[in-house]
Amino acid sequence: MTISWLIDWVNNSWLGFLGDPGAFILAIIVSGLAIFGLVAVHAIVAVYVERKVSAFMQDRIGPMGQGPGLHAGKWGVLQTVADALKLLVKEDIIPAAADRKLFIMAPFILFLGAFIGFIALPFSETLSLVNFNVGLFYILAVSSFGIVGLILAGWASNNKWSLYGAMRSAAQIISYEIPAAISLIAVVMLVGSLNMQDITRAQTGTVLGFLPNWFIFQNPFTFLAFFIYFIAGVAETNRTPFDIPEAESELVAGFHTEYSGMRWAFFFLSEYANMFIVCAIATVVFLGGWQSPFGEFLSGPSWGLLWFMGKIIFLVLVMMWFRWTFPRLRVDQLMNVSWKFLLPISFFNLFGVGIWELLTG
Amino acid sequence: MGVRQTEEMVLNIGPQHPSTHGVLRLKVKTDGEIVTAIIPVIGYLHRCFEKHCENITYEQIIPYVDRCDYIASMNNDFGYVLAMEDMLAIEVPEKVQYIRVIMAEMNRIASHLLALGTFGLDVGAFTPFLYMFRDRERILDLFELTCGARLLYNYMWIGGLSHDIPLGFVEKTYEFLDYFLPHVDEYNNLLTFNKIFIERTADVGILTPEVAINYGVTGPNLRGSGVKWDLRKDEPYSIYDRFDFEIPVGTGIKGSVGDCWDRYWVRAEEMRESVKIIRQALDQMPRDGDVRGAVPRRIRPPKGAIYSRSETPRGELGFYIISDGKPKPTRMKMRSPAFTALSVLSEISQGWMISDVLAILGSLDIVLGEIDR
Repeated sequence: MTISWLIDWVNNSWLGFLGDPGAFILAIIVSGLAIFGLVAVHAIVAVYVERKVSAFMQDRIGPMGQGPGLHAGKWGVLQTVADALKLLVKEDIIPAAADRKLFIMAPFILFLGAFIGFIALPFSETLSLVNFNVGLFYILAVSSFGIVGLILAGWASNNKWSLYGAMRSAAQIISYEIPAAISLIAVVMLVGSLNMQDITRAQTGTVLGFLPNWFIFQNPFTFLAFFIYFIAGVAETNRTPFDIPEAESELVAGFHTEYSGMRWAFFFLSEYANMFIVCAIATVVFLGGWQSPFGEFLSGPSWGLLWFMGKIIFLVLVMMWFRWTFPRLRVDQLMNVSWKFLLPISFFNLFGVGIWELLTG
Repeated sequence: MGVRQTEEMVLNIGPQHPSTHGVLRLKVKTDGEIVTAIIPVIGYLHRCFEKHCENITYEQIIPYVDRCDYIASMNNDFGYVLAMEDMLAIEVPEKVQYIRVIMAEMNRIASHLLALGTFGLDVGAFTPFLYMFRDRERILDLFELTCGARLLYNYMWIGGLSHDIPLGFVEKTYEFLDYFLPHVDEYNNLLTFNKIFIERTADVGILTPEVAINYGVTGPNLRGSGVKWDLRKDEPYSIYDRFDFEIPVGTGIKGSVGDCWDRYWVRAEEMRESVKIIRQALDQMPRDGDVRGAVPRRIRPPKGAIYSRSETPRGELGFYIISDGKPKPTRMKMRSPAFTALSVLSEISQGWMISDVLAILGSLDIVLGEIDR
């Protein structure tokens, strides 16, 4: 199911009177709403899961509201829904000394960066909104766009903590994108395509007789590349142990110190959307995307969607596990990890993949 | 075109900030992320403790002392009643002595748990903090069982105690000690030997023994610098000379002597030593005795002055009391260990990064109630 399929469907239905431009706009609105729904539902579910996961890891029980209605539901399942409602009705404060226009714009720019990446994700064999031939490159490119929003937020708030947070996160995200991209190139080199569906299809079958033929298992260098990418990905989403831009014990709340209500919620939404994107790329490139781990067993378009989401959720859970286990790195140590360890290893790795392919391929 | 110049940014940390451990304000001059100067501003919690004491009777000072170091009230009580008993020359019953030591050491564990947990929080580790609070809760439950209060106990009286220990307290305490010791290893696995934690704390904020002694730093902060000085051992008060325990000192296992990790490690090890002391005290404690037997009806110390000191979880707590023979002190001076610990902050945190300053502050384990008094 793609945008072009949607356009055709609109043209052939009773809405055919809209013509090509109308059908195009309608298709974009429908798919945009679908993605927004996915992002919002993912954020709401993920926040609930994060609270429960952290609670179980910390010997607590987490949200435990009882009963229907405004009581947050059984086991607190409606807790984040209640939170979202609260954020919607909260007073929207814009500091008097802030740069008003930029302050209002910043969260949306940040969210946009994460949001438009979703259209290139291959949710299953047939379901991806746009099947780009440069899909991977496109996602990497647009998700870097979010940094502009971060810097704007830090600058426009006119607050020293925000400024520190913004400068830190800009430096951090840019440094970590390089090892992340290089470790992805290792796989792109093997597949010979940037198309997300092509990369997924290249992982059909099994290796060593029992393991699925995913790139993480295909050769030792791609195995290493997965870990480099995932570490860099955690850093790109500003999560512990790389959460220095919003380090609460140092910078209060970092770049979103001055934000409240729905604007703040957009920062939150983009954090979770970014987590989803990073995990989705890791899934597609290294973990076989929508491929079933059992070969032909339980495969097919609808199972594919399930496997794809399942793998992403697993990686998101790993990120949560990190967050509630590790302390935070210092800003210079963070740069050291990127420039002195991840970057050289990922270059070496790229070289290794080439040699391995030359010898065995 | 105007003159282009760069200037240092003054960052105002506190008095309302997540990691100032109370209402402390730090004026920090920064050059990028590097801190070039740091000025602590105190007094937000000033309650005229010393002046106020001149207007209340000696017994009424005890709850006040509780509120100075509210994290370790038992130890503060202990220090104050020791001074008063010295002044009045009161012989305290055996049982009272043992219960006091048990309570003081339990509170030392509780205080260190809070110090280590919040230190972890300062470097970004959230989970160990809640693990430590879970165990601190068990100690507070035992205190609640004994005197009804969970934070400000008003438990030690001049010459005795407000309550005897309740039925089953000894068994419950043994149970707690058995439960607690394996958990110290758990903290070590979770936080102490975590690679990132070591990166953040080892070799950071080094407090050399000379600087520590010159500033009058005491307690775990001084011992973290490798100086073996603990009043419980070097100038035993109460009945501390009867117990067998070690004084852990910083040896620079992960970095250099006197870094944040050493201060952390000394506290972690002191908890084990406190467990040892409590166990011995429980074994030796006489089961009968009237805990209020020696409480004087009327407290009128003779004319004169006294300085008495004791070892609290934060260091050397001293009381200088001048009496004119009246029921109220003429002058009361408290030497607070956290105050000297804070005074060393600007000396050892220059040239480090903002994140380090907060880690160093966390490792010094200050309590603002005691600094501002």
